[in-house]
Amino acid sequence: MASPSLMETLFQRGLDDIIKGVRHQQSSTESIFISRVIEEIRREIKSTDLQTKSTALQKLTYLNSIHFIDMSWASFHAIECISSPAFSHKKIGYLAISQSFSESTPVILLISNQLRKDLKSGNEFEVSLALDCLSRIGTVDLCRDLASEVFILMSSSKVFIRKKAIGVVLRLFEKYPDAVRVCFKKLVESLEGSDSPIVSAVVGVFCELSAKDPRSYLPLAPEFYRILVDSKNNWVLIKVLKIFVKLAPLEPRLAKRLVEPICDHMRKTGAKSLVFECIRTVVTSFTEYESAMKLAAAKIREFLMEDDPNLKYLGLHAISIMAPKHLWAVLENKDVVIQSLSDEDPNIKLESLRLVMAMASESNLMETCRVLVNYALKSDPDFCNEILGSILSTCCQNVYEVIIDFDWYVSLLGEMSRIPNCKKGEEIENQLIDIGMRVKDVRPELVRIARDLLIDPALLGNPFLHRLLSAAAWVCGEYVEFSRNPVELMEALLQPRTSLLPSSIRTVYMQSAFKILIFCMHSYFLQKEDMTSEVSDLASKRECSESSDLATGKALVQSDQDEGFNPRESNQSFEYPSVVDTGDGQSSTPTFMEKKSLMHESIVNLLNLMELVLSPLSGSLDVEIQERACNVLGFIELVQQEFSNPLIQKEANLDREEVIASRVVEWVHDGFTEELGPVSVTAQDRVPIPDELVLKENLTDLEAICGGVELPAPGSFSLTSPYYGESAVFSVSNLQAEEDSEPSTESTSLLTEHRKRHELYYLPSEKNKIPANDYPPANDPSSSINTNDATEDLVKLADQSLVSKRKPNHAKPRPVVVKLEEGEAAPVVSKKPELKDDLLSGAIHDILLGNEAKAASSQSNPFDKSSSKRKGKAKHVDLLDSKENLAVGEQPNHENPSSRRSKHRGDGKQKSKKSKGKKNGDGREDDGEKESQKIRDHHGRHKSRQRADAPINVVPQTPDIPDYLL
Amino acid sequence: MVWSDLLIKEHIVPIHFVLLVSRQGKVRLAKWYSPYTLRERSKVIRELSGIIPNRGPKLCNFVEWRGFRAVYRRYAGLYFCMCVDEGDNELELLDIIHHFVEILDRYFGSVCELDLIFNFHKAYYILDEILIAGEVQESNKRSVIRLVRAHDSLVETAKEQANPLSNMLPQATI
Repeated sequence: MASPSLMETLFQRGLDDIIKGVRHQQSSTESIFISRVIEEIRREIKSTDLQTKSTALQKLTYLNSIHFIDMSWASFHAIECISSPAFSHKKIGYLAISQSFSESTPVILLISNQLRKDLKSGNEFEVSLALDCLSRIGTVDLCRDLASEVFILMSSSKVFIRKKAIGVVLRLFEKYPDAVRVCFKKLVESLEGSDSPIVSAVVGVFCELSAKDPRSYLPLAPEFYRILVDSKNNWVLIKVLKIFVKLAPLEPRLAKRLVEPICDHMRKTGAKSLVFECIRTVVTSFTEYESAMKLAAAKIREFLMEDDPNLKYLGLHAISIMAPKHLWAVLENKDVVIQSLSDEDPNIKLESLRLVMAMASESNLMETCRVLVNYALKSDPDFCNEILGSILSTCCQNVYEVIIDFDWYVSLLGEMSRIPNCKKGEEIENQLIDIGMRVKDVRPELVRIARDLLIDPALLGNPFLHRLLSAAAWVCGEYVEFSRNPVELMEALLQPRTSLLPSSIRTVYMQSAFKILIFCMHSYFLQKEDMTSEVSDLASKRECSESSDLATGKALVQSDQDEGFNPRESNQSFEYPSVVDTGDGQSSTPTFMEKKSLMHESIVNLLNLMELVLSPLSGSLDVEIQERACNVLGFIELVQQEFSNPLIQKEANLDREEVIASRVVEWVHDGFTEELGPVSVTAQDRVPIPDELVLKENLTDLEAICGGVELPAPGSFSLTSPYYGESAVFSVSNLQAEEDSEPSTESTSLLTEHRKRHELYYLPSEKNKIPANDYPPANDPSSSINTNDATEDLVKLADQSLVSKRKPNHAKPRPVVVKLEEGEAAPVVSKKPELKDDLLSGAIHDILLGNEAKAASSQSNPFDKSSSKRKGKAKHVDLLDSKENLAVGEQPNHENPSSRRSKHRGDGKQKSKKSKGKKNGDGREDDGEKESQKIRDHHGRHKSRQRADAPINVVPQTPDIPDYLL
Repeated sequence: MVWSDLLIKEHIVPIHFVLLVSRQGKVRLAKWYSPYTLRERSKVIRELSGIIPNRGPKLCNFVEWRGFRAVYRRYAGLYFCMCVDEGDNELELLDIIHHFVEILDRYFGSVCELDLIFNFHKAYYILDEILIAGEVQESNKRSVIRLVRAHDSLVETAKEQANPLSNMLPQATI
């Protein structure tokens, strides 16, 4: 009868056998071995003998936790094991459960009864197993069912059970917030004492709870304060400090109390972990306390001087927390920071990079960036991009606050995009466009940089740079009037390798090419008009033929037919805009605008080129590309007839025709030259809603259409990318006529009206002259020093930034950077707290205030205290007044504790305070007084040098803190 | 694989998991305090055991990993690793790891990797006495050892009672 199970038991392989077996397998046979073992286990686990079953379960648990074998099928067997009377089976069962159960395990509710039984067991070890298990797998249902058992265990006589029960409370509160009503009071009581493991556990629980919702735990501040002062356990102290970091911002008066004991710990303790926690607490929460900051900085310095990379890293990290408000801390440690830039450890390198950028200022920015870019060239791809990213983000802070010389910065952007590992195309893209719109003076340089990027066919092969190229293309199209050679730009935009670009960016290229075409034609007509008004037809004809003799190449064929076009300065030798040769010496050519020489045939060539490139695209599968190609081709067709066959047509006829063409071109050109100003993100909100506008009507069917459209990321600008931006502005105010139609008078009047109202946000309308570029480019090879040794370089830089605090005299003033005041503030993201949290904090509030109510009613106070604090504040103005007066009166006595004490203890004042608050705050005051007296005594006992009235200032006058604890 | 689940820090657990990984990347112990599915678990281990043992000895003991902080320390050929949220006290974690190792050392008597391989369940029980719900609960080494030993003796007596041979031997002698 018992023999089969006996046989099984005797010949069952134990855990050790399995472990040995797995170890002896080759990696190839391991999985076969394991699957054999699993089969074996499946058989054994069905055994009625619990010994066999539990051994099988143990083996399975092993395979699950080390080899990730699924064991969810064995959940029920695990439950059978924990219901065994034998402790060894129970233990194996609990281990299996806590390793493998999750909320979705179907049988999880079955263990509820067994857990309750074990929680009530007389054997404390069984209790502890059950508690461990509950802390790991507790679900909402389990926590609800077992909350009362856990509560009873919180007052167990065994310390280690009590401690575990407190640990479980964390899970309990998380899953079943109502448990707070039962357990919270007990939890708070457990805070008494200072060094027992119980306190350690409770503080741990509060540390985690307060991370989620600190405000609810503010009333416990005095308790935590006492632990901070009394405890000798470093881990407890660290946790308490973490709690105070959360509480300090909510209650400004806490800081004054806390600074002294924290500094004390920092000075005395030998434990680095505690020192670090103190440092972090001070640098995050107590930045106004100069002496504490000094002490923290000294400790950080000690960390940095150690060889231990951990301490070095944490030291740098702490400095970077200080950096925004206390730059001196960074400057003091500059040597270490700079050296760390070449540390082995990527974490350390990153921190030091952050600090180097924190040190960057107007005066040393150029130098810093130059060195860093050189350093980036030599570092590994990841760090290279970190460097580039931090340069970009530092420079664009507060609308390019640190940048004075934008020409330099734009060329730096160009340089950065040529670094082989650069993956920051998108960021550079945004900045190029942003700068183009904000800084008028930099546009010529911007166009030059963009041109250099566009004509480089190698860049088209790097997909990370595609976004950047789209910005370059947009810049070239938008600011083509600053270009020296639009024809060259056009060719760059239409080069064959653009087929490598994604379609969205290709469309930008096409649109830009179109803009350039319009610009060229427009200036051509402009010249012609000028010319016709000045010179007689005949003369011009002669001159023209003369000039065309100078021309070479295929253009010569058409030069004879160059009807009635001649540049004004045709008597001087001009350079023929090259169609074929793109590499034509850029630097030597005068700017296009000055030259104003655009031949008829070059326009024809442009048209032909565009037609050639775009006609295959009119059949493109991509809608955007196809659309634009067709638009441009249509336009070309319209004007081409008039341009290409001048021979056939009679002169007079031609003139008339060209007038029509020129009119069209002028319209389009007007559309394109209408400047896109930066638009504040809040601009639309400021437009008053007209009365007749129906906004409430439900447009749900629209939602289906627009569902896919995402809102732009909340940046400083609504115009972040060219195509997006254009369409965005369009929808708002029809700023620009994209197609060949004149903007309707209505919209223009609207526009002018808008402009009148928000003049501030528009760029000035008059054209800027091109400023003389009279300072050397940033990467002038003659001025760049040998950068073989980057660190040496950096140290030099460090010295520089230390010495050169004076402002360098700049060759020219910083150009105007357009800012939008309101628009810059990122929209407030309303963070909706989780429901659970709400429940939890709500429950805790209820508990705290409920207790208060009890205390109040026991004092037979007619006023109810159970109303929320806020309400109390609003109603009991007198009470609050008295308190505020007290707080204000305190200020002058700031450094004189004795006088303050006398104030508090002085009968008269005390009385007056009481009588003021008599009406409604009686109970509260009494309570507070009693409690604070208690704490005072307590402190007197423990630490005589502690100010006797320590918490009294922190707490009793704090309207935020209910009194039952004080 | 839903990693977003991992990144939602909805569970209030200070330590998300504890790992013991050998230099060859073999897992010796894995305790999970935050909920991870089996696939996630093996992925976590694959990733971390690719990162941690490859870090040089002179680097610091903290690794940024998926928005979390993995703190590790090497003892002989074994890496003890704990994962916490960003901004936790890394030095404290190192202390906890050391505390755990000291207790293991005392319990096994100069612990070595083999001890942990063959007593994997005991390592779990010891860890359970030190951490509960991902929170340090006992900082006294001696009391941890005392508790674990008490557990052991309970298991022994239970085993003796349950052992079919010892039950049957008296019957056979009668």
